[in-house]
Amino acid sequence: MHESQVKIYTEDLNLFYGDNHAIKNIDIQVQENKVTALIGPSGCGKSTFLKTLNRMNDLIPYVKITGEVYLDNLNSYNDYDIVELRKRIGMVFQKPNPFPMSIYDNIAYGPRTHGIKDKAVLDEIVEKSLQSAALWVEVKDRLKQNAFGLSGGQQQRLCIARVLAVEPEVVLMDEPTSALDPLATLKIEDLVQVLKNNYTIIIVTHNMQQAGRISDHTAFFLNGEIVEYGATEEIFTVPRDKRTEDYITGRFG
Amino acid sequence: MLKPRSIEKFAKFILWCAALFTVTFLVLVLGFILSNGLPKVSWEFLTAEPEAMGAAGGIFSTIVSTVIFTVTTLVIAVPIGILAAIYLTEYISKGPIAGAIRFGTDALAGIPSIVFGLFGFAFFVVILKPVTGGWSLASGALTAAFMILPTIITTTEEAIKAVPDSYREGSYALGATKWQTVSRIVLPSALPGVMTGVILGIGRIVGETAALLLTLGGSLYVPLSLTDPASTMSMHLYKVAMEVGAMDMAFGTATVLIITVLLINISANFIMRGLKRRTTT
Repeated sequence: MHESQVKIYTEDLNLFYGDNHAIKNIDIQVQENKVTALIGPSGCGKSTFLKTLNRMNDLIPYVKITGEVYLDNLNSYNDYDIVELRKRIGMVFQKPNPFPMSIYDNIAYGPRTHGIKDKAVLDEIVEKSLQSAALWVEVKDRLKQNAFGLSGGQQQRLCIARVLAVEPEVVLMDEPTSALDPLATLKIEDLVQVLKNNYTIIIVTHNMQQAGRISDHTAFFLNGEIVEYGATEEIFTVPRDKRTEDYITGRFG
Repeated sequence: MLKPRSIEKFAKFILWCAALFTVTFLVLVLGFILSNGLPKVSWEFLTAEPEAMGAAGGIFSTIVSTVIFTVTTLVIAVPIGILAAIYLTEYISKGPIAGAIRFGTDALAGIPSIVFGLFGFAFFVVILKPVTGGWSLASGALTAAFMILPTIITTTEEAIKAVPDSYREGSYALGATKWQTVSRIVLPSALPGVMTGVILGIGRIVGETAALLLTLGGSLYVPLSLTDPASTMSMHLYKVAMEVGAMDMAFGTATVLIITVLLINISANFIMRGLKRRTTT
């Protein structure tokens, strides 16, 4: 077992969409090589929070952020070049979003973007990434085919492989299985379990069973705040807050 | 009282008539031109130089001029149009500058071509004569480039907007810069739409006559450089029909013009498919 270290932490993080105060005073410490689940009802700010970590919210006009985010004790918003930050913090989206190109080119896109041109090196990265995403066996004979020919679950694993190809340290997952069938979901969940040996994973999920199955820590979001954050086991068995209990027992959400 | 069913039948009939009318008219026009023009089209007609102001001989120089003129215009207008559209959609999509530029392009699209011709004559032919050679392919192509810029910008903008945001997000999340995202993901995905704009642009300039009468010079010799005057098929058609009065030559030219436009569209389609295959598989 790794000794637990804090990989990412935030201090008094707030986010506003215009007048809408979407995230309120978030202080959270995310452990390295663990799976941290963010749960909560729709619109509670969990996805928005996730996107502050790799600065995807920078793309949206009218967003104002106050407070601090740290990756490896360096400020994500001041000390990192945004390209460097996103290289180190990869992201998998709710709906699989492969690029309209071949399976190979999808995986090679990140490394090429960061300046790798050598065919042999790229070949190796592609194979390694696809293997890490448990997709290699299924696609190794059709790497040149369009990625849209894959099933939804395969596309999502392709997107995970695409992220792994740039060798990140953290992988953010925004409800990665919400568009997938149960079998494909199971494969992604198994994959997450393997990946956490090498990556720090933060996963937003609607599905509480999923959070229970795969995460080490869970944060419960409500109306932009973190109500409760702790070991997943404790959150699900002995929640301290009444609202957490109500949510996980299905009284609302 | 009319029953909804009868109204339905009536509406269907009207729609059918409109469609039939359109097709009939198209067939009529094409049939009329081709039946009058095709007998005139021969190897000699295509390869011989015009004689007696176009009343005799062939139309070789105008075919060559049309191709050179079209390609030159596209070489000027397509890159500028695409880059402007990228800037408008990806970089400043909602700002006041974008609004001003869009208003400008829309206004540009509404200007009659003869007005472009007048500008082209006064500016490219007269003022820039040392550079363009006066009445020349260069003056004509620059003028025509202004005319098709709005079409290319607008269609490219639409094509770029139709690219799903999820592609952009995926690219940014991998640490790509904006330009990398635009050039490697957005533009390749938008290419079919961009080609539509280019084809529309080609259609417009190949058929353009008014603006070229003022800028291209109307020479019936094969142009040897961009600063030489020239005459496109459309211009030639106008002259032989209205000034020379050789209707058979006019129909022959029109036939070749129609076939040329068709060939350009088909080859543009091929190029598009080739590009698409290269970027998507």
